[in-house]
Amino acid sequence: MSLWRYANPVEFMRLSGRAMPALWALTAACLGAGLVWGFFFTPDDYRQGATVKIIYLHVPAALMAINAWIMMLVASLIWAVRRHHVSALAARAAAPVGATFTLVALVTGALWGQPMWGTWWAWDPRLTSFLILFVFYLGYMALWEAVEDPEKAADLTAALALVGSVFALLSRYAVLFWNQGLHQGASLSLDAEENVADVFYLPLLLSMAGFVLLFVTLVLLRTRTEIRLRRLRALELRAGRLAEEVA
Amino acid sequence: MPELGDYAGAVLGAYAASGLLIGLLVAHSVLRAGRVRRALRRAEAKQGRSHV
Amino acid sequence: MSALLARELALTLRAGGGAMQGLVFFLIVILLVPFGVGPEPGALSRVAPGTIWIAALLSCLVTLDRLFQTDFEDGSLDALALSPLPLEAVTAVKALAHWLTTGLPLTAIAPLLALTLQLPAAAYPWLVAALAVGTPALSFLGAVGAALTLGLRRGGLLTGVLTLPLYIPTLIFGARAVVAAADGQNPVPALALTAALSLAVLATAPFAAARILRIQIR
Repeated sequence: MSLWRYANPVEFMRLSGRAMPALWALTAACLGAGLVWGFFFTPDDYRQGATVKIIYLHVPAALMAINAWIMMLVASLIWAVRRHHVSALAARAAAPVGATFTLVALVTGALWGQPMWGTWWAWDPRLTSFLILFVFYLGYMALWEAVEDPEKAADLTAALALVGSVFALLSRYAVLFWNQGLHQGASLSLDAEENVADVFYLPLLLSMAGFVLLFVTLVLLRTRTEIRLRRLRALELRAGRLAEEVA
Repeated sequence: MPELGDYAGAVLGAYAASGLLIGLLVAHSVLRAGRVRRALRRAEAKQGRSHV
Repeated sequence: MSALLARELALTLRAGGGAMQGLVFFLIVILLVPFGVGPEPGALSRVAPGTIWIAALLSCLVTLDRLFQTDFEDGSLDALALSPLPLEAVTAVKALAHWLTTGLPLTAIAPLLALTLQLPAAAYPWLVAALAVGTPALSFLGAVGAALTLGLRRGGLLTGVLTLPLYIPTLIFGARAVVAAADGQNPVPALALTAALSLAVLATAPFAAARILRIQIR
């Protein structure tokens, strides 16, 4: 028995269908608890005041914006190498979720930046990189939409995901060369206590778990929809052909 | 309600905007899932087979 | 290979091949900028490097459709794919021909247009150098973007959406070299990065584009 049997659409549908209710519940619990805790029951930061409450949205969204792209790239590569359709469809399903998280990170960042830096937007390396990432998400989704033949669309978007990853990363470093920014360094690392105090850290961790779960849930849901859509198209095609034969 | 002071606009705006964006994404995902599931069920009923 | 290059150049340079249009487009974009920015020499010379680079990006982009599109439509691309020449070499030659008819001429006329934008005198050699080493990357990356959108209805717009983000690093380094020279700083690091990026793109993009073309003509 190997992991790859879950790449079988029927098996995938069976298992993911069973997991969905629990995933929804867990997502709601983690996200709700993390955000309520963060919003109502944490003190203000001595430098940033109440704006520190934005961290429970901004950091998890930013984290998942990047991780969604990485997951999309891995799924695309699995498709390219092993030709599992579920994998290609999972990559397709992840893109809108990742793009939305990128947008959430950008918007919450702008709202946080206004009182802290005195501006909604600065062409800071991190902000700029996220805007570039957002554009890559949009291009990836547009290519999926534009190509009609599903197999060809999967191949082309996989190629784009690979090329796009290289250039998103290149842009990340090129942008550093172009402008050193205002943004603070990563607020979380393995020795997180040094960066973010405990009172903020625990609800933040909970909220991050919530975002991860939300991502997994939505990607599974959207992948299931894509698989059903594929099946629907196949049925329609067969019905159309039958109609032609009869006529 | 916590005391947000001068930053109420920024904090509430961030929560509202995130809620809206994520809410739209969830709503879109769920509605589309339902629509496709029903369409597939109809198509399968018409052809007398059921798989997924 | 030289026969293919000659064919590509002949197709582009003959009447209606569109070699001039890329250049005219370049000229027009630059002509538009003073209307948007205002005629003050100070403002113009500040935006001159970026303007010229962005005009170069756009000229490369709008001429990308001639890379593969006609060959794809009339079946020559299938013939080329079956020929003894590897498809990687075919894409490289096509991208090279694209550069010779787009990037190279616009590099040649860029100093003249820079004059109208009041680019500081010290920056001219660096402008030419940066464009000369940077624009090949635009053509080769353009081959990847053009291959991805081959045969799509309304593919032109999508080519821009997919290709322009790939141009960001080249734009940053290339424009930075010119800005540095104009500001009296050392332009060499930025120019070296532009050249390094171009070399990397020249070495890898034909493989990516050929792989994508094989998907398209499968």
